[in-house]
Amino acid sequence: MADARVDALIDGLASGLTPVRRLRPPLLRAAVWLGVFALVAAAYYVQRSGRFGLIATSPYLLPAFVAALVTAVLAAVAAFEMSLPDRSDSWIWLPLPALALWLALSGLGCLADLGRPAAWGDTWEEAMGCLRVIGGSAILLSPVLIWMLRRARPERAVRVALLGGLASAAGAATILMLVHPHNSTLLDLAVHAVCIAAVIGLNTLAGGFLFGRTRTREPA
Amino acid sequence: MDAGFVADLDDLALGRLMSAAQDGDQAAYKRVLSASVPLIRRTARRAGVPPSSVDDVVQEVLLSIHRMLATFDPSRSYGAWLGAIARRRSVDLLRSHGRRNLREVHAPDAYENHPDELDIEAGADKARAEERLVAAIRTLPEGQREAVQVLALAGRSLDEGAELTGRSKTALKVNFHRAIQGLRSRLTGTGLRDG
Repeated sequence: MADARVDALIDGLASGLTPVRRLRPPLLRAAVWLGVFALVAAAYYVQRSGRFGLIATSPYLLPAFVAALVTAVLAAVAAFEMSLPDRSDSWIWLPLPALALWLALSGLGCLADLGRPAAWGDTWEEAMGCLRVIGGSAILLSPVLIWMLRRARPERAVRVALLGGLASAAGAATILMLVHPHNSTLLDLAVHAVCIAAVIGLNTLAGGFLFGRTRTREPA
Repeated sequence: MDAGFVADLDDLALGRLMSAAQDGDQAAYKRVLSASVPLIRRTARRAGVPPSSVDDVVQEVLLSIHRMLATFDPSRSYGAWLGAIARRRSVDLLRSHGRRNLREVHAPDAYENHPDELDIEAGADKARAEERLVAAIRTLPEGQREAVQVLALAGRSLDEGAELTGRSKTALKVNFHRAIQGLRSRLTGTGLRDG
């Protein structure tokens, strides 16, 4: 009976088969999302009259910008790779070195400016300005990435969503540094951290829910 | 993916069949799914799935293959792709068994009174009845057969079935209801005529 049941299932699946569009390679799909990211970044830069040249005012800003950008790229690549069933779990570690470097450089930049009078970002109003840029760009980047990742019906839903959230958050932080290149004050850094954690958390929740594979019903 | 998983089954040929299936070739799809069954069973056994549950894993993996058809890359190993899916479904089943065992109570009387599964007479009767049922299912119209396969044989919920078949929940429910009536009619000579 077991064989007959399996045969009947195979018959049913085969008779209901329609052509499917193969997913493009993960690197290509990551590149498409990074293209969307580049468009959002360019739009923000033009709209906010960004002055990227100011990034040279601190020895920590340019390396932090590069580290955040590399984190976004690697997290996106890892998310697309891990969304496929036959790719290694080890992809999750790919963005971690760049992430550690980005966090360390942001912290060092903050320490370097500690106690400097009238540093930008030491009022709530200024810190909220950063929040609006991070939140606004993440709102544009996250849905596109979740929609693209969902096409693979990821089995490792939470980890893929987490990586997607990290890509969007790091991308949003990169855009912030692009339009607003300054070291963070303590208040500013705390607002960035909360905002980035919220972006990652919301992406993980939304992605984990949307990617959530239809679970096996327990045998009776 | 262990190297010997599909060494004796020509991974390239299976990959080509799967690629044809992605283009809509139903015969190729049937062949590749049938060829995958022994491989899935082997993976499930290696993962520690009890023999009585191996066929549950097989069905889950077949449904997963159907759902994730677009993710197979013909330039990569079919065995690796299938093996990864089969291992995950095996782990899912072991977890669900683990949860269920935690909820179960010790009932020695129920165990003693339960009919012996190795009773040859009863087994043969059961097998004959099941074969009649499967044969009757095969005679159902396509939509009804699909509803029975997804909801009854594979044990999926209405939501899951709707997602898998691309039909609405209402259509699936109607097809299932008609299929049950049709099966009753075919097996017992009673019930409404199926539409």
